[in-house]
Amino acid sequence: MKDRLIYLDHAATTPVKPEVLEAMLPYFSQKFGNASSIYSLGRESKKAIEEARDRTAAAIGAQSKEIFFTGSGTEADNWAIKGVAYANRKKGNHIITTAIEHHAILHTCQYLESDGFEVTYLPVDGNGLVTPDTVRAAIKPNTILITIMFANNEIGTIQPISEIGKIAKEKGVYFHTDAVQAVGNVKINVDDMNIDLLSLSAHKFYGPKGIGALYIRKGTKITSFLHGGAQERGRRASTENVAAVVGLGKAIELASQNVDEYNKKLLALRDHAIEEIQKNIPFVRLNGDRTSRLPGNVNFSFEFIEGESLLLMLDMKGIAASSGSACTSGSLDPSHVLLAIGLPHEIAHGSLRLTFGEENTREELDYLLDTLPAIVQRLREMSPLYQVAAR
Amino acid sequence: MSSKGKVMLGMSGGVDSSVAAAILLEKGYEVFGVTMQIWPDMDGDRQKNEGGCCSLSAVDDARRVADMLGISYYVLNFKDIFKEKVIDYFTGEYIKGRTPNPCIACNRYVKFDALLQKAVSMGMDYVATGHYARIVYDHFSKRFLLRKSATESKDQTYALYTLTQHQLSRTLMPIGDFTKEKVREIAGEIGLMVASKPDSQEICFVEDNDYGRFICENTDYKAAPGNFTDTSGNILGRHKGIIHYTIGQRKGLGITFGKPMYVVEIDESTDTVVLGNESEVFSENLIASDLNFIAIDKLEYSRRVKAKIRYSAKEADAVIKPVETGRVEVRFDAPQRAVTPGQAVVFYEGDMVLGGGIIER
Repeated sequence: MKDRLIYLDHAATTPVKPEVLEAMLPYFSQKFGNASSIYSLGRESKKAIEEARDRTAAAIGAQSKEIFFTGSGTEADNWAIKGVAYANRKKGNHIITTAIEHHAILHTCQYLESDGFEVTYLPVDGNGLVTPDTVRAAIKPNTILITIMFANNEIGTIQPISEIGKIAKEKGVYFHTDAVQAVGNVKINVDDMNIDLLSLSAHKFYGPKGIGALYIRKGTKITSFLHGGAQERGRRASTENVAAVVGLGKAIELASQNVDEYNKKLLALRDHAIEEIQKNIPFVRLNGDRTSRLPGNVNFSFEFIEGESLLLMLDMKGIAASSGSACTSGSLDPSHVLLAIGLPHEIAHGSLRLTFGEENTREELDYLLDTLPAIVQRLREMSPLYQVAAR
Repeated sequence: MSSKGKVMLGMSGGVDSSVAAAILLEKGYEVFGVTMQIWPDMDGDRQKNEGGCCSLSAVDDARRVADMLGISYYVLNFKDIFKEKVIDYFTGEYIKGRTPNPCIACNRYVKFDALLQKAVSMGMDYVATGHYARIVYDHFSKRFLLRKSATESKDQTYALYTLTQHQLSRTLMPIGDFTKEKVREIAGEIGLMVASKPDSQEICFVEDNDYGRFICENTDYKAAPGNFTDTSGNILGRHKGIIHYTIGQRKGLGITFGKPMYVVEIDESTDTVVLGNESEVFSENLIASDLNFIAIDKLEYSRRVKAKIRYSAKEADAVIKPVETGRVEVRFDAPQRAVTPGQAVVFYEGDMVLGGGIIER
């Protein structure tokens, strides 16, 4: 029955590219040296890590020594926020962020609030955009950090990062951006955009899971995250995960080489999907900004039905898609992002996120577009609310 | 692939629902396992709670069983409806001086209503659960009947008396035909690691079984101390608020009288808890409302039944008689101890559930 799998959830994770896997493989059993060892086997590992660092730096316009590898994007976010907060506590205790950040940011901010910091959660407009003026207005004498995501994981909205960076620089406040969803999809230059700290995660751009990086602009006051050995120049102790670091380096290099072509491909799929869904299914709402949007992101709310049922039925048809945030057990809670853009509770429960990637084809999209209207129709026929509305 | 139909099976990771999955597969159904996410959001510490059919550990266990059996498994969110129909009902009843049965409400509104609706909307033919009860179609009366499980000691029909004909027609309870021993044996045969898991008990969403604290923490209710009186209205002392008491209660009253005293009545309007002696806690009859009949369409004349007035009570010989619309009077052959408003009374004829209702007084 389930004879195919169409993977439309690239914002959740991506497959490791064959070239990336190939680059990683020698560092498991053959070149297994500890990068801190002085003999050649160790030096070989060290060299591989530094090459990956160069590639990562090049991809975002940074210097190599400003790149620090971490165990994940979440770790990079935690480090950036807690590290800047604690290192600059004497200067101030106020942090500015938005209501639509990833939980890695929101829960870290909430933790800091419990430790005496003050956090402003900026609202967003109906498309999920933060206006630079509200950022400017929120800055106070005790503001030490602005952390605003580059692009939203649920609705794909890309924030005016350059403008926010300019304001932060002008006011002398550190600016961190969680770019986990953006890297590989958007061209990023930390200098042009006045970004002081940036988080990224390899598995979002066809690299392995369990490896991320934090860019820290030279001169930024930040505490170390893990205390121990001298790895990552003493700022993030832990024996390096060499193979994963190499994978990240290879993946980010390929991603930046391909970014234009990748965008073109994804935009075609995305726009076709948006147009067809809007054309063929009534009572739908596109969530997120129509243009300032990640190239592979489609997010629709279907009135009168629960996203949960929709996802399960798509799964039964072999289509892997996603919704808002999944809670601890894997069931769906109303999305804080959809609530923040003003959707009522019952609709915030039911959105469908499709995120396209490298291996998707037009034929796969057509299968989805053929399948979806019937599923939505069926679920609506069972919905008492829809029966009332249809009359 | 032909199948006898698609079934959405509620799974807790425990023996009963896991064996139910195996039996359904064996019978040729296409099985989709689900666990309902029903508890309100809690902080990390309380999430560790191991009890109940829908805890986080239940999710882990159920997922493992589903993987082992090779069936699809999902976690579905029913938090809103559970809060409204089970938790709010539960706290509301205590505040009214009554003693609710939240498991019956959960079966009625969540498992066999919300879950069933979701299953049907997703193209399923049935929902199934690991309840110890049997659903059989009676060609003579053209009705679905609910019968006691083959293992009488495990029988759960008391908590299922609200099921309608529509719900029964769409529900499978595959372990109802088996004894508890046979169920454990099947669990062992298919290699379930859960065979030693204890049965779930108590109210799944109330930690430590401390209802009073749960109500104070989860509602606007303010403790309203009042008087203990005897059955003639003489004040005997002060109590800490009616939510802390239930009919028939002897322990934990906070005062002693030199002889055993029992709660015989709770009066919400005056915040009074009436105490009486052993004989005063027995009743000869009761009135029930919010009725549902399974084996018959409605009660039109008196019938002799066995009546069960709480989950753990023994069945008692009684005659039920329709009184004013939507109510029945249950008259017991011998007086029954602690007839408690808010609890269900379920009527049996042999091993068949005739119907039931909620005790009013």
